[in-house]
Amino acid sequence: MNRIDQRFQSLKAQGRVALVPYVTAGHPDPGFTVDILHAAVAAGADLVELGMPFSDVMADGPVIQNACARALEQGTGLDHVLAMVREFRQRDDETPLVLMGYTNPIERRGSERFAREAAEAGVDALLIVDCPADEAGDLHGQLAANGLHQIFLVAPTTTQARLERTAALAGGFVYHVSIKGVTGAATLDVDALAPMLESIRVRMDLPVAVGFGIRKPEQAASVARLADAVVIGSALVERLDECDSKDQAIEVVTEFLAPVRQAMDNGSPVNSEKAVNLS
Amino acid sequence: MAETATRLPSSESMPDPTGHYGVFGGRFVSETLMPALEELDLAWRQIMKDKAFLAELDHDLTHFVGRPSPLYLAENLTRKMGGARIVLKREDLNHTGAHKINNTVGQGLLARAMGKKRVIAETGAGQHGVASATVAARLGMDCVVYMGSEDVRRQAVNVYRMKLLGAEVVSVDSGSKTLKDALNEAMRDWVTNVDDTFYILGTVAGPHPYPAMVRDFNAVVGREARRQMLDEYGCLPDALVACVGGGSNAMGLFHPFVDDREVAMYGVEAAGRGLSGHEHAASLCAGRVGVLHGSRTYLLDDEAGQIRDTHSVSAGLDYPGVGPEHAWLKDSGRAEYVGITDDEALEAFHALTRSEGIMPALESAHAIAYGMKLAGELSADQVVLVNLSGRGDKDIQTVADLEGIEF
Repeated sequence: MNRIDQRFQSLKAQGRVALVPYVTAGHPDPGFTVDILHAAVAAGADLVELGMPFSDVMADGPVIQNACARALEQGTGLDHVLAMVREFRQRDDETPLVLMGYTNPIERRGSERFAREAAEAGVDALLIVDCPADEAGDLHGQLAANGLHQIFLVAPTTTQARLERTAALAGGFVYHVSIKGVTGAATLDVDALAPMLESIRVRMDLPVAVGFGIRKPEQAASVARLADAVVIGSALVERLDECDSKDQAIEVVTEFLAPVRQAMDNGSPVNSEKAVNLS
Repeated sequence: MAETATRLPSSESMPDPTGHYGVFGGRFVSETLMPALEELDLAWRQIMKDKAFLAELDHDLTHFVGRPSPLYLAENLTRKMGGARIVLKREDLNHTGAHKINNTVGQGLLARAMGKKRVIAETGAGQHGVASATVAARLGMDCVVYMGSEDVRRQAVNVYRMKLLGAEVVSVDSGSKTLKDALNEAMRDWVTNVDDTFYILGTVAGPHPYPAMVRDFNAVVGREARRQMLDEYGCLPDALVACVGGGSNAMGLFHPFVDDREVAMYGVEAAGRGLSGHEHAASLCAGRVGVLHGSRTYLLDDEAGQIRDTHSVSAGLDYPGVGPEHAWLKDSGRAEYVGITDDEALEAFHALTRSEGIMPALESAHAIAYGMKLAGELSADQVVLVNLSGRGDKDIQTVADLEGIEF
């Protein structure tokens, strides 16, 4: 069984919501990434998302764009990212790991080879931002053949027809983009979230993660009352951008994620009745 | 060649309903944009059947843009090359100085019909930005133009033109600071403001329906040229020549001729400082298939799939990708793509200016350069039709700088 499915199963049994931090591989320094991931898990992360740097991150805001540029300047390529995953797996064989990125570097590697290498390294799923269900055909097949899930985004603008098309291919969890915009943009509107998640759940039998626009512990806690997972990316990457040493990076990750974890756990456990009451 | 050609589907059948040209094209964008693209596709397909819209578009192309643009027989240049007659399609005479206005007039009217109050655009040389700002001024819409900071520097006059027209010009400082980065930034704006904003994409690249829509709005160039050739010369041209950055002027000229299999088609890419290194922008001549800016097409990237910085003396051709329909025309053998270096383009810039009194844009100078070469290889009873896609006023500073001239 894929680590993601196992993890959501046990979280459900405990009545807990997953905390999912995102960091860009190779940022702020390729030598920090594996320790950043371990620190995130120690601070309460249930899954980790690792960004594969790309030169033209069309769906990301300035923070992740800058992180990718810095990682690329230091030569972080696909092979390095996979090596980081292998190194992470030496000490942690349980925490699910999702690679996030864009289509072109994967096409250049070839989707068959990429899927095989990612699975061997210990990756559990792939989220390709510029690959909606409509274009996923070949890649999805290769990932499935290697036991990897493909995570898809759904947005406030996603129509019912598109939800169904996406549901047919989605695995692991579905990632709800909580705002119209790029990563790290405006703050999300929690009130608008409940009906959206409701309509997703009617069509998809997968845990729902919410991301884009979550920056503070209180926000994470209110999203946690409705969603199965809370993704935090830009707010964390922004802080990492200022770190000069590995120790500093580890400290930043711990200090940032621990209060978020705490706020999420102090809020009500995920429960659809509660969700309805709150809406 | 002929055998390949007979197996070609009719140009009218391209793209398929999901926006693919064979393996090329498609919609490689974030889910947030998919519904907006579906809405745009539907609105565009409906409005192209609306007689009142088409009449208004025709009216604006005639009275605002100044169409039809004439064909001009470049007799001096023809004599100089000693071969086929060189005929120019004078898109440089359009309002705002290039073919770009054909597309922005169309998309502007579509934006109004869709009830959008704000338009955004990306621009390289500034011609598409100016054409977008022009249409926005006329339709009373807010307009934001994204432009790489390197291009802002190279094309200062066009930046000021856009500001005079009431547009806000946002200088983009990321990546290579050119057209590709401006396009990324425009996409980010669109994702964020998708409810009230219409993205006027300036070339036949990007996610479906843009490649098809921009082609169709520019196809007036090819339709006119075809009719003018038959009326004025009593034949179709033997070859079409147009420069290709994203590829909108070339696609506009080529499209109505795709089924005329006897007409050869040449797309001219920027070979910059030569195709052997990486200082060029010739994705069809020297690139490979990948995914950029929402579609599968030929592009310039490194071994790791990171998009390369490109180089061309002309900002409008300085782009690492190309429209997916060009990729399809290349692979199907229907069109041929060639490179012209910075130096050859500059030489053609001077040649046309001095021999005909017509100063071409540096982008169009690439087409002129190849058109001259080709004419020299053909016979006097043949015709080479070159798309003179824009005028050179915007490039005077660039040419002066390159030649070390100070004002």
